[in-house]
Amino acid sequence: MKAVAKYRLPSGGHIDRSQLLQFSWGGRTLHGFHGDTLASALLAHGIHFVGRSFKYHRPRGIYTAGVEEPNALVTVGRNGRMTPNLRATEVLLTEGLNAVPQNAWPSLDFDLLSVNNFLSPFLPAGFYYKTFMSPAAWWHKRYEPMIRRSAGLGCASGQADPDSYERRYAYAEVLVVGGGAAGLAAAHAAGQSGKRVVLVEQDWLLGGSLLARTGETIDGEPARAWLAKMQRELAAMDNVQVLPNTTCFAAYEHGMWGLLERLRHHGTEQDKPNAPRQRMWWLRAPRSVIATGAIERPMVFANNDLPGVTLASSAATYANRFAVKPGDRTIVFTNNNSGYVSALSLIEAGVEVKAIVDTRPAPSGAMAQRLLECGVTIFPGHGISRARGWHDLHHLRIAPIDEEGVAQRGGVLMSCDSLAVSGGWSPVIHLPSHQGAKVQWNEEQACFIVAEAPAGMAIVGGAAASFALAQAVQEGATAGASAVGATAPAYGAIHGAEGALDCDSIAWIKGKRGKAFVDLQNDSTAKDLALAIREGYESIEHVKRYTTTGMATDQGKLANVNAIRIVSKIRGLPMNEVGVTTFRAPYTPTTLAAFAGRELDDFLQPERITPLHDWSVTLGAAFEPVGQWMRAWYYPKAGEDMHRAVQRESAAVRESVGFMDASTLGKIEVRGKDAAEFLNRVYTNGMLKMPAGACRYGLMLNEEGTLFDDGVISRLADDRFFISTTTGGAPRVLAWLELWLQTEWTDLEVWLTSITEQWAALALNGPKARKVLQPLTDIDLGHEAFPYMRFREGQVCGAKARILRVSFTGELGYEIHMAPEAAVSVAEDLMETGAEYKITPYGTESMHLLRAEKGFIIAGQDNEGTTTPDDLGLSGLCSTKKDYVGRRGAERAGMRREDRKQLVGLLPENETLVLPEGVPLGAGELTPPFPILGHVTSSYMSPTLKRGFAMGLLRRGHKRHGETISALVKGAAVPCKIVPPMFLDPDGERLRGEDA
Amino acid sequence: MQKYSAISLAYHAFRGHRHWQRAWRSPEPRQHYDVIVVGAGGHGLGTAYYLAKHHGLRKIAVLERGWLGGGNTGRNTTIIRSNYLQDESGGLYELARSLWETLSQEVNYNVMFSPRGVLNLCHDEHDLKGVQRRVLANQASGIEGEFLTPAQIKKEVPEMHVACPRLPVLGASLQRTAGTARHDAVAWGYARAADALGVDIIEQCTVNGFRIEGGKVRGVETTRGAIEADKVALVPAGHASVLANLAGFRLPIESRPLQALVSEPLKPCLNTVIMSGAIHGYVSQSDKGELVIGGGADAYNGYAQRGSPHVLAGSIGAVCHLFPQFRRLRMLRSWGGVVDIAPDASAILSPTPVENLFINCGWGTGGFKATPGSALAFAHLVANGSPHPKAEGFTLNRFASGLIIDEHSAAAVAH
Repeated sequence: MKAVAKYRLPSGGHIDRSQLLQFSWGGRTLHGFHGDTLASALLAHGIHFVGRSFKYHRPRGIYTAGVEEPNALVTVGRNGRMTPNLRATEVLLTEGLNAVPQNAWPSLDFDLLSVNNFLSPFLPAGFYYKTFMSPAAWWHKRYEPMIRRSAGLGCASGQADPDSYERRYAYAEVLVVGGGAAGLAAAHAAGQSGKRVVLVEQDWLLGGSLLARTGETIDGEPARAWLAKMQRELAAMDNVQVLPNTTCFAAYEHGMWGLLERLRHHGTEQDKPNAPRQRMWWLRAPRSVIATGAIERPMVFANNDLPGVTLASSAATYANRFAVKPGDRTIVFTNNNSGYVSALSLIEAGVEVKAIVDTRPAPSGAMAQRLLECGVTIFPGHGISRARGWHDLHHLRIAPIDEEGVAQRGGVLMSCDSLAVSGGWSPVIHLPSHQGAKVQWNEEQACFIVAEAPAGMAIVGGAAASFALAQAVQEGATAGASAVGATAPAYGAIHGAEGALDCDSIAWIKGKRGKAFVDLQNDSTAKDLALAIREGYESIEHVKRYTTTGMATDQGKLANVNAIRIVSKIRGLPMNEVGVTTFRAPYTPTTLAAFAGRELDDFLQPERITPLHDWSVTLGAAFEPVGQWMRAWYYPKAGEDMHRAVQRESAAVRESVGFMDASTLGKIEVRGKDAAEFLNRVYTNGMLKMPAGACRYGLMLNEEGTLFDDGVISRLADDRFFISTTTGGAPRVLAWLELWLQTEWTDLEVWLTSITEQWAALALNGPKARKVLQPLTDIDLGHEAFPYMRFREGQVCGAKARILRVSFTGELGYEIHMAPEAAVSVAEDLMETGAEYKITPYGTESMHLLRAEKGFIIAGQDNEGTTTPDDLGLSGLCSTKKDYVGRRGAERAGMRREDRKQLVGLLPENETLVLPEGVPLGAGELTPPFPILGHVTSSYMSPTLKRGFAMGLLRRGHKRHGETISALVKGAAVPCKIVPPMFLDPDGERLRGEDA
Repeated sequence: MQKYSAISLAYHAFRGHRHWQRAWRSPEPRQHYDVIVVGAGGHGLGTAYYLAKHHGLRKIAVLERGWLGGGNTGRNTTIIRSNYLQDESGGLYELARSLWETLSQEVNYNVMFSPRGVLNLCHDEHDLKGVQRRVLANQASGIEGEFLTPAQIKKEVPEMHVACPRLPVLGASLQRTAGTARHDAVAWGYARAADALGVDIIEQCTVNGFRIEGGKVRGVETTRGAIEADKVALVPAGHASVLANLAGFRLPIESRPLQALVSEPLKPCLNTVIMSGAIHGYVSQSDKGELVIGGGADAYNGYAQRGSPHVLAGSIGAVCHLFPQFRRLRMLRSWGGVVDIAPDASAILSPTPVENLFINCGWGTGGFKATPGSALAFAHLVANGSPHPKAEGFTLNRFASGLIIDEHSAAAVAH
């Protein structure tokens, strides 16, 4: 057993002295107990100085005992688990924990950048806006890198985070935030109704301030016993879920809450490497009880940042909860009654309190009396004009102050090694404020409170400035009960902290020398605030941004109210007129990966594969991602590259027969008595008179009149259609159709169902297609019996199938839709019966080539955001007899001008050249800058034409057929002939196929 | 105007910084102005500055309902680039980008323009072709930019996971002359420089009506009384439609929340701006050390400066996917702004149906980068009544005529 650390009290505390833990601090091996935080374990060894501030790199200590800690930021963990900027006050001590100081170089004790502290006259608030401007290029090259290096806090690990995170969605009738006395009473009262209640507590222990105090009783029993009883009873309620280690970091609209549950403590993640480290909860709870307590404020005076200065309540927390003395000789500096409570609590725990310095001229009451009896000197009407020390605190100058808080001559210099300060309390009103709750200054308790809680929220206890224990418990119980429509249970006698703070308006001691910090981490001083106001940055938001007050990692939890007080004093405005800056989520810093959950790496937009995927893999296909889908791109044979494979596949389709996996086509079933009417409104062509059994190619426009998507519409029955969309457009189209149905045409009886994954599809194309398919189906494929643009239902290879006689290649084509389970056997049977015709599976690249030869567009490739059907030569598909979405937009004069970018065919003069897609088109030599007249949208080498060909969008393209235009290829102008975008079979002879 | 420089800073240091002048006055509104600019964001303050500087107008007021720079100027992610697809946009954004280069010197206020390079990533073939096309189009129009292969990207941004298992990075455009700036400083710098030219900046002054006589604007009604003006220039971003409604006309604008967030500050760990339209996220590191992360706008209209958590979570996921070493870092603060989006995702700098009333809006998710160009061009329009040559296509009548300037591809990720 190691010797007990010097500042550890011999007994007491919520620590387990039987579990001695070894940890490392900056390379030193130290010991603490289970139940310690890293901060309490360090303090037990007398280590106050643990960090450096952001701007001046001043030595900083452990200022608080909670999440509001501005100073004691450390880096914990090793390798990929190294986590910067953690507050030592919220890191539970675990065996082997490795923590190091940060933002100090070369070492914490000797930090070169602490020279900034002495340069501070040249570095007032906003100094960087006034300088570093000359010469202009130096900002980015010289000054900025220098500033960036000195700014920042900890370092990113530089390695991948090995841990995983998960997400959970949940619902509760009542969410209780905060597991202190008020929150426990609320959860208990609500839980008795049997309704679902979730209680969250950011700490690993429930109890809140009960853990930091002694001698309190609730319901006639010691607070500690009551706490244990509540925990027991809540655990016994099946409908109540208690989540310790969980922060409610945000309140969103409609009762949505963000909770972060920390499942593994720092330093223990490797014990269960496959278990998630943290879990993010998206909780819906229509009612909530906000029992988030309050945070003590510092006092503002010269050198109020020295290691050894802590909040008074935090000092008491260290003594009572962690059994750690803040120092050997403590002085308390306060402007309100709670400083006395903390002082008494420290004395009871065995800490020597030398004096109380109180700004108020006449403190009185029982507590003052008791302190005097304990031999504590009280300095009423005094302030601390300056603390002295550097790496640690050793003296305080205690001076009388006037009504404005200005330190007067005289006073005493007193030695001490620890100073506990209390500048009043700030209720934690972040969550209601996330929902836009108005806050107002409460003069009586000297704090901002919520003027009116948002609907469904009840704010209780310290969060509502009800600082008396009895009041907090009663408010919690009442709110919990009323959230479930019950009446509040009656509590017996409660003895504990009293409510009235009698807080002085003085929280800023104006002395002549030294820096009086308002924002401890960002090093903004009272002087900086005054400078900002002097320079016209008067709005509290300007003060904040100009001085960076409240922008540190504690987001102003300690600084903001003091800053507002100082601004209020300087500007002579009431607190409410100065106002507060916006509270924003998260309440405390929240791990980024927890937002992502599992949707990372392989699971970011998870890959989608078709039923024929494995079959294509066995054929050696190369795949390309299209949206989330993996599509067979081409099927190379041994020794073939992509070009040769595509040439072979395409030639096979033109000369004989081939098929491709078309399963990724978006498919939507449209059903209902108004289905035809609905489709008639969203497609440009008429749908009303289409008979069952017919197919139509249709265009959808957006309201601007430009092309949105295209596809084939098949009518299954009077009230039932089946439409296809582009592969990438499927979700977008479905959402778009739903938008119209749900917001504009609510009178239509139509239902939409995505059936993309319910139907696999094969596109069989080529002059021999009929010969291959006929033996496999009971449907008569004869040209007369089954004409172009019709569909039939029947059997293919014994499986139920829908066959569409459509073609995207210009050849005789059948699109076979079948159950996904049947797809592989159909493909195999096609291969077998097609063997005599050398049937060839082809991929998306050949499909692209084949359709381009025929001049068919690919929506999303051959158009851009302003392209209309007319620009694409598709005005024949736009009805002039009916209205449809986009018609008005498309009929605007500018949408019909001759000089618009229109689709053309392009034939490079050099027949062997394939123009790169995307290259700009222009006139003449194309020396930049030149006016861009268009661009190449699709370009291929045609095995049929035996030359390169392309399509493009070109200004006034429809009128320029026969002319020559230049394309910019690798910096050179390549002449191309402009032709109609139709390179093959303009009369559609080939669509009949052989043996028609 | 006191000159800001290292020398003046040292001089004032020795005098305890007690003699710095106000950056801008806080005047009472006069009865009449030549031009009233409504909205004291970067665009509005810049407009006032250029009206005074280039067009010789002296009686100018900028009215702001809150605090200056408190709208989208103070809540964006500070990305500056000009590699837009369409010629019209490229021209206007490049004008802006070139002004950024010397803006600090122009207004004698360090706006910290940092041309650290902006990468737009592509993750599939379609994306890749689009980016290649844009780079070629930019080069053809004289806008700097290049295409990077995955290997080149890895060299440029070693921190990024280029070969990620899903949606690997297949290429990127890089504009080296693009980057970031300090957003607040832009508003403050323009405010101070405009104030020095005699512009009255009046905060806490809400416009709640217009005086219109015979189809001509005569002034505005405000919470601080009626103020007359020969011309009124509206630069209200997310509240454009509200003001247009007060003036009796409608705008084709949707106002939607756009969110962003910062991490806790870190030592330098990312030196460029990374944007991915396909997975909806972008990230850069501020000079203070915070990772600045954003993504696409929320899907639903609203004027609240708050958005839906899943949209923000999506942006964070995209950045975590690309940067596994950032996953353990923590979000410090998230926020939202209200962006004004036109049907073609392009800006509106235009006369309105009310004579002498002009509007500048529709910058959507990409207004910050345009600030100096937008202000310069709008000042030209307001002063001369005719559009600046670089902004001719951006008037309101394009929605009636159909001559729209589509930048949806540029706006897929908030830009």
